[in-house]
Order: sequence, then structure tokens, then C-alpha cells
Amino acid sequence: MLKDITLGQYYPVDSKLHRLDPRTKLFGTMVFIISLFIANDIWAYLIATFFLISSIRLSQVPFKFMVRGLKAIVFLLLISVSFNLFLTPGEPIFRLGFLKLTREGVKIASFMGVRLIYLVVGSSIMTLTTTPNQLTDGLEKSLGFLKKVGVPVHEVSMMMSIALRFIPILVEETDKIMKAQMARGADFETGNLIQKAKNMIPLLVPLFISAFRRATDLAMAMEARCYRGGEGRTKMKPLRYGKQDGIAYLVCLVYLAAIAGLRIMG
Amino acid sequence: MGIIKTSKLIFDYIRRDEEENIEEIKRAIDGVSLDIKAGQFVAILGHNGSGKSTFAKQLDAILLPTEGTVWIQGMDTSVEENLWEVRKKTGMVFQNPDNQIIGNIVEEDVGFGPENLGVPTEEIWKRVNESLESVGMAAFRLKSPNRLSGGQKQRVAIAGVMAMRPQCIVLDEPTAMLDPNGRKEVVKTVRELNRKEGITVLLITHYMEEVIDADRVIVMDNGKVVMDGTPKEIFSKVEELKSYRLDVPQVTELAYELQKNGVDIPDGILTLEELMENLLPKFAERFPGKVTLGNGVKDGN
Amino acid sequence: MAIKAEHLNYVYGLGTAFEQCALKDVNLEINDGEFVGLIGHTGSGKSTLIQHLNGLMKATDGAIYYNGRNIYDAGYNLRALRSKVGLVFQYPEHQLFEINVFTDVCFGPKNQGLSRQDAEKRAREALTMVGLDESFYAHSPFELSGGQKRRVAIAGVLAMKPEVLILDEPTAGLDPRGRDEILDQIARLHKERNMTIILVSHSMEDIARYVDRILVMNHGEKVFDDTPKEVFKHYKELEAIGLAAPKITYVVHSLRDHGVPVDDNITTVEEARDEILRLLEK
Repeated sequence: MLKDITLGQYYPVDSKLHRLDPRTKLFGTMVFIISLFIANDIWAYLIATFFLISSIRLSQVPFKFMVRGLKAIVFLLLISVSFNLFLTPGEPIFRLGFLKLTREGVKIASFMGVRLIYLVVGSSIMTLTTTPNQLTDGLEKSLGFLKKVGVPVHEVSMMMSIALRFIPILVEETDKIMKAQMARGADFETGNLIQKAKNMIPLLVPLFISAFRRATDLAMAMEARCYRGGEGRTKMKPLRYGKQDGIAYLVCLVYLAAIAGLRIMG
Repeated sequence: MGIIKTSKLIFDYIRRDEEENIEEIKRAIDGVSLDIKAGQFVAILGHNGSGKSTFAKQLDAILLPTEGTVWIQGMDTSVEENLWEVRKKTGMVFQNPDNQIIGNIVEEDVGFGPENLGVPTEEIWKRVNESLESVGMAAFRLKSPNRLSGGQKQRVAIAGVMAMRPQCIVLDEPTAMLDPNGRKEVVKTVRELNRKEGITVLLITHYMEEVIDADRVIVMDNGKVVMDGTPKEIFSKVEELKSYRLDVPQVTELAYELQKNGVDIPDGILTLEELMENLLPKFAERFPGKVTLGNGVKDGN
Repeated sequence: MAIKAEHLNYVYGLGTAFEQCALKDVNLEINDGEFVGLIGHTGSGKSTLIQHLNGLMKATDGAIYYNGRNIYDAGYNLRALRSKVGLVFQYPEHQLFEINVFTDVCFGPKNQGLSRQDAEKRAREALTMVGLDESFYAHSPFELSGGQKRRVAIAGVLAMKPEVLILDEPTAGLDPRGRDEILDQIARLHKERNMTIILVSHSMEDIARYVDRILVMNHGEKVFDDTPKEVFKHYKELEAIGLAAPKITYVVHSLRDHGVPVDDNITTVEEARDEILRLLEK
């Protein structure tokens, strides 16, 4: 069942966002993230919100998938929001014992909270509309210039793609090994930090060995299918920019300019 | 010479210690000379450790001979220049369904081979479509491999190999990790490929039911070829097969036991139909009027 | 009576969008000393069920009684339960991790809190039970063959001296001889040590040869619970749910369909041979 929960799960639907080149989406995500750190007034955040909501609508992915990623950061969110809420110096509006709620605190906490949420949702849009292969292809193509300085771009991209493919498998295997050792009386819960670390050995050793075995098998299978590195390889799904990508780039640049402009002026 | 030919093939697994000194030599293949004709469905049977998997790896130049020679379509596998041609002509499907699937979705994995061969994009799609059709997995092309059953994964692996347009496919125990339904799926797929596309198939296995339809069955033991013939010929030698740690289908075993106890049944009964053909007339004699003979079963009277 | 499950239900991802029912109102009783077979298509819930029987998974609804006590009672010692109900997973050799065979087999008894002496005694016994002699003890488990590794893994569970032994497809990936050896060993454990055994398998032929009783699972529900002969009489229904009967059963039914008065209570080759010879008066 763990197999169903893959990293940044891709939601297959034919939307405008899905059809964009992954490089465009990478650029867009980057622009959005930068914009979140530049924005510092309510107008900028409103524009960012508009940008985000339009992207969500364009992606045709149901909203509930967007917010799934938020579950992971609920704790982080709560901590940073409360810290900023109560520990920011300034004009107090409310007092609860030694906890001081300030106007500045409210402003910073809400911006921080919104920023975190938008970061997660924004990145989710990226992974929900782009397959892992498209992602690694996009990275490979856009970072291709690094090959000239000796960076093994293709190999790294292939490794990333394979890692993505095997993560669900290894997660399931971890579960199996844990259960098998628990059936032999292993205890993964009690004990101090050092105890717990020692107790992980019956889990980690078999896991590593299994990972190595898979890697060896996979290498053999790849060679059997004539893989010999990036030289001479063609692409089944070559990345080609289309008109919609040009428009998307333009929109992103205009958006970034707007946010930056508001910052400079404000 | 046939599409696959080996001459006095010997292979040793050499284990070395930290100083590269030889610690242990294990002879896995001990003088195998075979000639396999193009277009045939050949099965290699053997218990675990008989050398059959090691032999399979020789055919794709994953392992090279310690002594002797292996030719694939006339090319000597030990010649370095031939390496990629050999691997192009011989496709291999391995035992572990997961550990040979590279793509994150089915169609991308099937395209992996052609991509490596530098096939132009349009042609890659053509091959991927055809290969997926030929193994019956076209409906799953956009699925993640994690959602597939073992049998389906192996069919994807076969499609991935077919997309490279090989001359022969070697399947190294492709069903060992599958459930009975998955096994049937895979063997059916492979048999049809052999029949429809004329591709030479070498199926390595230890499941006897899978090889009933093969053109030729080779049994290995201790690194040597110990039996070589048609399925009928091989399966009639029940005791010999058992001495090689193999089994026979229950139907064959029953026929053999009956024969041992005096019932007049020919050797090498492989299927239920054949058994019925031979038993029903005897029962018809014994219980006249009660027993009906099936279609095509000759009346003993 | 050893294990009893009452109205067992298990739902994966209860409350999320991925809800999936793995076990649906399963009731069963396994008595001391029984040799039970558990069959079902892939995804029928077999693996989920056995992981409930030793407390590795907790049911979303229902109860499991071990020797009369409900294992879901507050304060019930689940770790102790796992010593009593041993579970050997599929491809158990994947759990080996220690520096040598002997130490790996000692892992279980050590976790039970036994002294080093007692643990080692148990390990020796267990390794003898699976047919591995002292020459193997000092080897790294990764140097052994697949079949040997598997036996070490099984010994690792046997060393905990379980009363009930559950094995999930212990013959997966083994060749015919390896398969016979493991099953014979398990049968011996059953006979000589009166261990209650639950065998999960895909091979109807193996099941028919060894077990007293068969439980059939289909889509999370138990659909048959009877002796092999009774269960395989329903071979058409078994086929409908993706299973089969031993191939020999088809021979017998085919003969019957053609009017031969053969006893259809046959599930093994030996029985078929004897019956046919009897009918032909040989």
C-alpha cells in the first residue's frame, strides 16, 4: 500500500500546465519562490496569491492534492508562526501571561505562514504536473552546459530518475524488513538514542545489501539493453519549446517584475 | 551455424581475496557445445546451481568464456568490437521483475533500449507502440511499474527487449518470482512472440509445465548438458529427470506410474488430453456402455 | 485451542482518500497441532491476515484470541506473542544481517531475553532442525546458496521456540528439489514437535500433499474452510477466483465426466494411480 504514495505524485490530466516544457515550469517555480522572498507587503502577496490560484486552476488538479503536501509541514508551520507571533518585539495588542502578541508579530507571522504554505503548494504544482522523467530531462537539458566543465550531467540525471523509480520499492522493502525483524523480537521503539541506533542495524544492513543487489541487477539489465552512457543516445520524448512556453516565460517575467517593482517602490 | 552456437564452453567463477590471490574456483559451465537454430523455442532446464543462468549470461556477453567460444549470429562474443552488436541481437529478460525496469512509466521503459541505440524519436515511438501491442500491455502504457503485477512487469520487460528488434530473446528464469497466473501470462506471451514474429526464444526455467510446447528441451546438470531432445523425449525419462533434481508435470508422472504398474501407455505423455486419449479406451473396455470416449479418441473395439 | 479470529476487519488508509479493505469479517479457528494451508490470489489478503495473527498489524475491527486471551486487551504483551507465534516471511533470507550464521540465528532468542548460553543452545537446536551442521556456523550468511540462506532464516525463527509457525510461501524461487526439502522439513516439524503450522502457498499440489485443512481467501474474505478433498471439489469456483485445484484433480474430473466411476476424492498423484489401477484391475 505504501507503493501508492509516491514522491510528489504526478496527477495525469491534459492541462495547459501539463503541456508546458518542464524547463518552463522549473523556471516558473524558481521565479515564484524568489518572489515569495522579495514580497513584503500585502499587495505583493495579493499578486502572488493571484498567480498561485491561476496556476492551480490551469493545472486542473483537484485542490485536495495541493494541500496534501501541507500535512508534512504542519508542525514547522505551527512553530514558526507561534515564534513570530509571540517573540517579535513591538507594539503589543494582547497579553497572555508572559506571552506578548504584537502588531508586528502578527504581520510577520502571517507573512511567514503564507510564505511557507505558498512554497509548498507552489512546488506541489510543479511535481503534480510534471512526471519524474520530465523533471530529470528538464534538469538535464537546462544544466547541459555544465558538461563542458566536466560535470556528468547525464549520469546524474539518470541516477536521479532511477532513484525516483526505486524509492517506493525501497520504502516497501524497509517495511518488510522491519516486520521480519520484529517477528524475531526486534524492538525499534524503546531505548535512548544510542540504543535506537544500534537497534537499526538489523534494518539497515539487509536494506543496504538489498539496495546493492538491485543496483547490480539493474546495471546488468541496462548494459543488456545497450546502455553505455549519454553518448549517442536519442530521446523518446525530446524537450521542445512551443508557443505556450514563450507566453509562460513572459508571464513569469512580468510577474517577477511586478513583485520586484512593488518592493523597490514600497 | 545456428543463431546461437557454443563450442566447448567453459566458465569458472573465480573468488579472490584482498590481495587478488585466487581463493576459490568454481566451474559453473563444464564443456557445453550447443547449436541452436533460428526461430526455435528452446528451453533449458536445470536445478539451481546447474549452470543454466550462467550459460544464459554468456549469450549476451554479460559474462565471457573462460575457455571455448560463444557465437551469436556468427559473431564471437569475446571480441570487444562485437559487444554491442551481440547485445543488440540478443535481448535478455531477467528474473527479478523490478530490477530491470528503469523507466518511471511503462512506455518510457520500453523506449529505453531504442534510446540507447540512437534510434530517431519517431521510430522509437513506432517500436514502443508495436512492442507494447505484441505483449498485450498497450493499455498500461502510462502506468507506473509499481502498479503492475509481477507478470505484467515481466511483459513490460519483454516489450522493452522487443523494441530493440533482437534476433533472439534469452529469458533467465523469468517466472521464478511470479505466482502461477503470472507465470502463465509470461510463457503465453513468449510463445506467441516465437510463433508470430519468428523470434528465437531461449527460456531458462525449472518449471516443467512451461516447456511442454518447446521445440527442444535441454537439461543441464553440474555445468554440463545431460539431456537434449523434444519435450516428449525428455519427459519420458522420469527417473532420470528426478535424478537431476527436476520434476515432471503431474500428468506425466501419473502416466509413468501407471506404465510402471503394467498399464499399456506410451512414453512422454505431456497433457491431460493425451492421457485421456490413452486411458479412456481402456476404461471403455473395462466398463462397456458406461464410458463415453471424447472427441478424437479412438474406440478400442 | 491456539488461535481464533473473530470478525476481523482491516482497512488500509482508514479515513483517507486511499481507503482499501484488505480483510472483511474474517472468522477462523486454528487448533493446536493442526497443519493448515492458506491459499488465495495475489492481493486476496493472505499476507495481511498472517501479519495480524502475530500482532504485527492491528485490525481496524474485530478480535484475535491466542490461547483464549484477546491480544487487543490493554497490557497484552505483543512481543511475547511474537515469540509464540513465529512468522517466516517470503524470501526470509532478505532479513539476514549478522556477521555469521550462528550469531544471526541467536538474534531471536537474544531478543527474548535469554542468556547467551541458552540462546546459543537454541540456535544449535534450530540449525539442526533445518539440516545445517556446525560447518556452516562460522560462515557469513551471504556466502551461502539461496536455499541454505533460506534455511538459516527459518532457523532464526525456530530458535525462538514458537508454538505456532506461519510460513509465507517458503518455497518461492526454489527449484523442485529445494521445494521438496523445505516442505519435508516443515512436515517433520509438525509431526515430531507437534508444532501448529500455517502454510501460505500458491502451489495447490504442495498444499494438497501436506495440510489437514485449507483456508481460501478471496478479496479479503474467507470463502472456504475445509479439508483439501472438500475444498478441491469446488475446483470450478476456485478457478473463478483465480486459483486452481491440483492438476491431478482435473484428470480425475475428466475421467468422471466421461463416465468412469472413479472416486473424485483424489488430490495426489499416488491416490490417482492407486484408484486407476484398482479400476483397471491391475
